[in-house]
Amino acid sequence: MNDLPILSLVTFLPLVGAAFILMIRGEPDIVARNARNVALWTSVITFALSLVLWFGFDRHSAAFQFIERIEWMPAFGIAYHMGVDGISVMFVLLSTLLTPLCILASWDAIRVRVKEYMIAFLVLETLMVGMFCALDFIVFYVFFEGVLIPMFLIIGVWGGARRVYAAFKFFLYTLLGSVLMLVAILVMYFVAGTTDIPALMNYGFAPSLQIWLWLALFASFAVKVPMWPVHTWLPDAHVEAPTAGSVILAGVLLKMGAYGFLRFSIPILPEASATFAPLVYTLSIVAVIYTSLVALAQEDMKKLIAYSSIAHMGFVTAGIFTVTQQGLEGAIFQCLSHGIVSGALFLCVGVIYDRMHTREIARYGGLVHRMPVYAAVFMLFTMASVGLPGTSGFVGEFLVMIGTFQADTWVAALITTGIILGAAYMLWLYRRVILGKMTRSDLMNILDLSGREKLVFAPLVVIVLWMGIYPVSFLEIMSPSVEQMIERYQVAQDNAGDLSFASLLQGVIDPVALSSEE
Amino acid sequence: MEVAVVFLPLIGALVAGLFGRQIGDKGAVFVTCGLMLLSMVLAIIVFFDVAIGGNPRTTELFTWIDSGTLEASWALRVDSLTAVMLIVVTVVSALVHVYSVGYMHHDTSVPRFMAYLSLFTFSMLMLVTADNFVQMFFGWEGVGLCSYLLIGFWYDRPTANAAAIKAFVVNRVGDFGFALGIMAVFFVFGSVEFDTVFAATPGQVDTVIEFLGMRVNALEVICILLFIGAMGKSAQVPLHTWLPDAMEGPTPVSALIHAATMVTAGVFMVCRLSPMFEFAPTALTIVTVVGGVTAIFAATVAICQNDIKRVIAYSTCSQLGYMFFAAGVSAYGAAMFHLFTHAFFKALLFLCAGSVIHAMSDEQDMRRMGGIWRMIPLTYGLMWIGNLALAGIGIPGVFGFAGFYSKDIILESAWAAHSGVGQFAFWMGIAAALLTAFYSWRLLLLTFHGAPRADEKVMAHVHESPKVMTVPLMVLAAGALFAGILGYPYFVGSQMEAFWGGSIFVLPENNVIEAAHHVPTWVVLAPLVVGLIGIAFAYLLYMARPDLPGRIVAHARGLYLFLYNKWYFDELYDRIFVRPAQMLGYGLWKGGDGAIIDGFGPDGVASASRGLARRFSRLQTGYVYHYAFAMMVGVVILVSWYVWAQGG
Repeated sequence: MNDLPILSLVTFLPLVGAAFILMIRGEPDIVARNARNVALWTSVITFALSLVLWFGFDRHSAAFQFIERIEWMPAFGIAYHMGVDGISVMFVLLSTLLTPLCILASWDAIRVRVKEYMIAFLVLETLMVGMFCALDFIVFYVFFEGVLIPMFLIIGVWGGARRVYAAFKFFLYTLLGSVLMLVAILVMYFVAGTTDIPALMNYGFAPSLQIWLWLALFASFAVKVPMWPVHTWLPDAHVEAPTAGSVILAGVLLKMGAYGFLRFSIPILPEASATFAPLVYTLSIVAVIYTSLVALAQEDMKKLIAYSSIAHMGFVTAGIFTVTQQGLEGAIFQCLSHGIVSGALFLCVGVIYDRMHTREIARYGGLVHRMPVYAAVFMLFTMASVGLPGTSGFVGEFLVMIGTFQADTWVAALITTGIILGAAYMLWLYRRVILGKMTRSDLMNILDLSGREKLVFAPLVVIVLWMGIYPVSFLEIMSPSVEQMIERYQVAQDNAGDLSFASLLQGVIDPVALSSEE
Repeated sequence: MEVAVVFLPLIGALVAGLFGRQIGDKGAVFVTCGLMLLSMVLAIIVFFDVAIGGNPRTTELFTWIDSGTLEASWALRVDSLTAVMLIVVTVVSALVHVYSVGYMHHDTSVPRFMAYLSLFTFSMLMLVTADNFVQMFFGWEGVGLCSYLLIGFWYDRPTANAAAIKAFVVNRVGDFGFALGIMAVFFVFGSVEFDTVFAATPGQVDTVIEFLGMRVNALEVICILLFIGAMGKSAQVPLHTWLPDAMEGPTPVSALIHAATMVTAGVFMVCRLSPMFEFAPTALTIVTVVGGVTAIFAATVAICQNDIKRVIAYSTCSQLGYMFFAAGVSAYGAAMFHLFTHAFFKALLFLCAGSVIHAMSDEQDMRRMGGIWRMIPLTYGLMWIGNLALAGIGIPGVFGFAGFYSKDIILESAWAAHSGVGQFAFWMGIAAALLTAFYSWRLLLLTFHGAPRADEKVMAHVHESPKVMTVPLMVLAAGALFAGILGYPYFVGSQMEAFWGGSIFVLPENNVIEAAHHVPTWVVLAPLVVGLIGIAFAYLLYMARPDLPGRIVAHARGLYLFLYNKWYFDELYDRIFVRPAQMLGYGLWKGGDGAIIDGFGPDGVASASRGLARRFSRLQTGYVYHYAFAMMVGVVILVSWYVWAQGG
């Protein structure tokens, strides 16, 4: 197993597929069909290959596994270093699972520039997987920023009417964060002399420096999550993106921010993370309550689900910064669950959007009469979204709540209001779209799920229930890594020096103090 | 065996739900009813083995959640308390399944209905067999989902959809408390397993935790939070508003979920957690007060309602209040006893109401009924039995209907508690007993007696229900007749301790049921006397002098409207919560996100930078360029700073 560079294979196989598609020439129809097929098979094989990670992963080890390391710029100590631990392996699988489903969901929906669309998706997959596997900060950065480009194109080229505005907003926000993250990486490099992530985890930056590094990284990750108040790009991006774009955006791209917190902020900057935890809690609570209320007022289906995503990610960020076993595992689990559930919900919207070409809630109603299977599937994901026990949504939320209660009861109480508001806006959506009498004549002939659509939903249904009824098979993978993370975090806290505001100021006034850390 | 009891309904639900179209209505009915009846038979066997045989046990299925020290399993715990619930749930559910075959035969989606009923039964059984808080929460929310689905079963009706959402969301308010309670349990005890927590409870009596900035007794906080969950599920004031609206669902659903089983989950929870509540006197006081208030509140509303189902719904609310204040004065056995008898007679009343509605061509308003007792004598007779049981009528020492025994022991326990809140609950209970008898006979007289007020077409169509509906009614009537007298020695009488085993815990100084057997005679007789007075009043107002109600209403118009509009709870909530939430949501969206964040954020930056960019942009206009440029700027700034820092 170790001889095979499995992570690189999983990462770059889609790129090979994309190269194949690039070479397809001929009649537009045939090109489109071939492009679809190549893309689908490439992503399916990639997923099959990634299952090696699931089965081969040592569930008792907290260490990075499937490690690959090739010196890249030895002079600067930068290497192509790949590996996964119990946290990242799940995200890799999430990415490889969602990509083929997205391609399948775009089968008929995308009519123009099919070739380019498929290429964009495969490139996106490479970048996503690469980002979750990267163990060198520079490599990570390349992938992390690279992801934006295909996503930007997917929204900007295949999006809806206001796609340019949305793509621009998306870019503007993420741009700001990226710059600051790059600065942080360079500072880390200059101070620690390496960009190797495991090495950085053991380095131990001076607390006063940590504060600044933390804020720089936070700017980048918070935008991605997105946390309130830097969330307004998300509803616009979702609304304008094609269905599959929304699925990847909600399913994987939002997780990049959370992953960043898990991989960098907490392990590399533990003291600063502790200092800023109240800030994160506050923003998370605001996110949960504020965006849930806003979701209640939405008239556009995709916007509503987009706002619900922000609320759900509020649980994730709060859970991470409790740095408790339940909080962290809950946050990671919630990421995975939300990836599946919100992806599925966007697919649900896509199904009727493909038929009626509108996302306006008021244009629907009574769909259950014509689409009983669709109504049932939508119901299941609605329930998963509101965190009904027995579905994946519950486990994550519940563990996060358990974790936050240990940290601060106010946080727990306020964040738990999310379960009330969540039920309100999701059921309100369901009622307006699915239930009631069918009054609109143009809906009379709407068709229920096709075979292809059922094929897209089937795995998601199974996973949602599996994660809800037997979450142990997911929790056991992440458990050792999370334990180790907490252990290190505690050690760092015990050794922590003075992190008062005075020392914070000193960091600004006297930069020499920083450089002496070298 | 208990595995079969719990999972047979699930199998039925899956078969009927997923393959309803293939197997057809008949197939779905056959599968779900067959499995449900089998489950009932097995449950009765389990009951005799566990409760009478004294053989409690726990079957662990597999691990559910395992995160750090938090462990929760899928497990089936059967002790006497659970065994009683198994009987209640499976018997009523099986009867309702059978009854539904007749009641729903003209409906277009029978398989879906049967699947929901079976799924509900499964969730309820998971709730009562839980051996940890999390599984209980699973069942708790599961029954909430099924309740939502069944209230909104006729999804064409806007009122049904609204009621369904209301039920789910109000229940979620309760679940908010429940969830926080579980968190607090785990925080204090480090476990969510019942046995572990119960064993550790006496040692945590003086534990103080920080909760929402206050330093409070841990057990009190936990019990109060958990009780908020119970209030939501069991429709206690102020979280009761969903229950009357839930009557939008088909009547068999009202009987099963909103009378006999699901709404009693809160009472079951308090009894199940008696080892914790016993050490939380403040929480018990709150339970007693809430129960007492609900008992009287719901009874006052019930006397003014015109919808036959709503009257019974408020009656349920009121009876649940009795159960809670019984639990609140530590008479858990009495609470469970009333839960047990109530399940029979209230399901009977609802199904009789269903039979009436069926006969009256789906009419539910009692003002358009009347004069039909000769036409449907069987339903009429059964309704009498249900009413007598509800009003608690009986001849002391000889024979009484089910409610006679259970309601009396509750009131006697409340009196025997000799505490302020006990007295309060006792008097509320006596007053509510008067009103109970009154509204029960008001319902009976308005529905069956007097001049017919329905149109001739409806009257011509009035008919007795088919056997498939009346046989379940008769079984329930047997329960309403004999559940009290047969259950008395086991639940609250001489066999009490052997029967409950260790499943209910009462501190020696709180043993009110024992004391309740030695109360003065007037306390024993009071409920019966006020019950008879209530019946007499109803007879006077609705048989002897039918002109009186109108005149009373005219004289006390304000009071009437207040009661008729259910104390204006719905209007109040609409003003305080629903509309502000909507307005706030809209305001935050347009104002917060739109004007402030976007205005000063990306849009503002954009317009500012557009001016700036116009000067720079002779080179290029693509956004990728901006991006690369900014990255470069960042690098330059960083390197300069670093060099400066090194130099300094």
